[in-house]
Amino acid sequence: METLIGLLVAAPLLGAAVLLIGGRRLDRSGHLLGTLLALVSFAFAVVLFADMLGKSADHRTLTSTLFTWVPVESFQAQVGFQLDQLSMTFVLLITGVGSLIHIYSIGYMEHDENRRKFFGFLNLFLAAMLLLVLADNYFLLYAGWEGVGLASYLLIGFWQHKPSAATAAKKAFLVNRVGDIGLSVAIMLMFTTFGSFTFADVLPAAAKAGSAQHATITGIGFMLLLAACGKSAQVPLQSWLGDAMEGPTPVSALIHAATMVTAGVYLITRSGAIFNAAPDAQVAVVTVGAVTLLFGAIVGCAKDDIKKALAGSTMSQIGYMIMAAGLGPIGYVFAIMHLVTHGFFKAGLFLGAGSVMHGMNDEVDMRRYGGLRKFMPITFVTFGLGYLAIIGFPGLSGFFSKDKIIEAAFAKGGTEGWILGGCAMLGAAITAFYMTRVMLMTFFGEKRWVPDAEGHEPHPHESPSVMTIPMIILAFGSVFAGGLFSLNSRFVHWLEPVTGYSEGDSPVSTGAVTAGTLVLLVVGVGIAWLMYGRRPVPAVAPRGSLLTRAARRDLLQDDFNHVVLVRGGEHLTRSLVYLDHSLVDGVVNGTAASVGGLSGRLRKLQNGYVRSYAVSMLGGTAVVVAATLLMRAV
Amino acid sequence: MNPANYLYLAALLFTIGAAGVLIRRNAIVVFMCVELMLNACNLAFVTFSRMHGNLDGQVIAFFTMVVAAAEVVVGLAIIVSIFRSRHSASVDDANLMKL
Repeated sequence: METLIGLLVAAPLLGAAVLLIGGRRLDRSGHLLGTLLALVSFAFAVVLFADMLGKSADHRTLTSTLFTWVPVESFQAQVGFQLDQLSMTFVLLITGVGSLIHIYSIGYMEHDENRRKFFGFLNLFLAAMLLLVLADNYFLLYAGWEGVGLASYLLIGFWQHKPSAATAAKKAFLVNRVGDIGLSVAIMLMFTTFGSFTFADVLPAAAKAGSAQHATITGIGFMLLLAACGKSAQVPLQSWLGDAMEGPTPVSALIHAATMVTAGVYLITRSGAIFNAAPDAQVAVVTVGAVTLLFGAIVGCAKDDIKKALAGSTMSQIGYMIMAAGLGPIGYVFAIMHLVTHGFFKAGLFLGAGSVMHGMNDEVDMRRYGGLRKFMPITFVTFGLGYLAIIGFPGLSGFFSKDKIIEAAFAKGGTEGWILGGCAMLGAAITAFYMTRVMLMTFFGEKRWVPDAEGHEPHPHESPSVMTIPMIILAFGSVFAGGLFSLNSRFVHWLEPVTGYSEGDSPVSTGAVTAGTLVLLVVGVGIAWLMYGRRPVPAVAPRGSLLTRAARRDLLQDDFNHVVLVRGGEHLTRSLVYLDHSLVDGVVNGTAASVGGLSGRLRKLQNGYVRSYAVSMLGGTAVVVAATLLMRAV
Repeated sequence: MNPANYLYLAALLFTIGAAGVLIRRNAIVVFMCVELMLNACNLAFVTFSRMHGNLDGQVIAFFTMVVAAAEVVVGLAIIVSIFRSRHSASVDDANLMKL
């Protein structure tokens, strides 16, 4: 069984290597090979899962060490895998949803001449993400972490002939680098503090650490949070996510549902012992989560681009997960549960959005959709189920997972609990609003279609079955996953041995939370219906309030970055250049000039007269003789 | 006779030679002064040989003479060729080797 873990990563990696090295001759079969290897990886995952279910809860962790990667004295970086319940959950999600997205891409990228390369990158993405969640130490995790960053860069910039896509890819990469610095610093701190960076050494040591190491552990916690913020697009490193929509839609689905943005949640949950020992860092985590869940939701309300609205939604939902992960053992399980259900419905929503774009000549502006439900019935139903799941319609996946997070937030206790719970409930209301808005603008109302740039009238049609079948499967997941997980608290029991779990002491009863959330849900949906359902949607966006305009500009995130970071950086570099020119160059040029001047004087000694040379020889000899005698005398 | 007197003579001859090299401009005279300095050294060597009662100084003196003879051959050849090209035997006229 242990060898299967390595093969799990190896299959997509092989796919990436073959497809990218193989070149043009694989153009006709490359997509099938890529999809096949993703499915092979999924099959391995299922086998391992079945094997794991057969064991008792305490003996489910499998480890497998392949080789020593960097052997230097006490610094022993192993390429070793650890498959426990947490990793298993991720592996199933990554390979399962990943495979569906592969299948969908066969149809979606059919007319793209670089489809083989696309599948190579997708496989690379899967391999990197699997490496990330299967690593048994932070060092290898970091390798996967960087691999995910690279693959996302390649995929976001896949249509690099569009300047906007190239820029978006660069932006995603650079913003991620900021977070990566956090992870590398955290690993360095771990190594200096605990002398190791394997989970097996660091996490128990952090749990047992005395007060002397408290400050370091808090530091590690903050650095890990920074890393998670970068990868999971949390405030303040959220700005790349919206622009990442420049990539092909399956990429967005992959980034948002199965890979990439979930990495931050994984990192925090995996490092639970560190965060449990660092309450200050936990406060920072929940704050980031709560701020982001509102931030993303507000941005999602104002976007007219269907993918960007969904991107805001992802940011918001990941905010829920990060917040839940920051709550400690009360929340870890629910963070992961929401992550899985979110993986289903967000992938479904993105694939649905892709299907809509496919039928509408790649139009993304929802103000130019309208009335599509009659033309794309399967997309409508699957998207609709995803929609009901994400807003938390009772009985669907999102209802179970999101409610649990809200309950956990209240269970944090004290004022903090009330604030977090309030934010989460408000977020649920806004979610209901913006998702209803997306739904109404896309599938209901009258047609607002316009011809594309080349004058082709859109002829919306249902996508081919290679695209709709993954959507249908994901819709099933969106509907049933939550209920299946919640039955007899199955998911809690499943993850409890790894992440720990405590009930918490909620000041509000479960029923009250559910009822309150449902009321807010109805309010959100109602307001959206009043604004976009009852009245016709204007084809040109109205000017809107100050908040709307700010939200359209992603709540001024780029403006903030521009003013504070870009301008600040420019000033910094300019002053450094000035310093370089005046001080550094001054010293260097001054030295050169003085040496030059001195040698100009010394040159005069070379007058060409034999006798003056003879004098200097005589003088030199005299000095040597005098010095010798003097030394003798002493 | 006190051997130190020979050393005084050697020092005197060396000084005269050095002064000649520094002061005189005629290349031939400068050359002769160099020879004078060499022979002053020879005298000193021989004197020391006598004072210490071994032959080392004598041997060195012969070496010096051989080297001096060779030097005279090369040096005179240079002086003659300079004289041919510049029509002067003054060392100050041969001052092209400067920046």
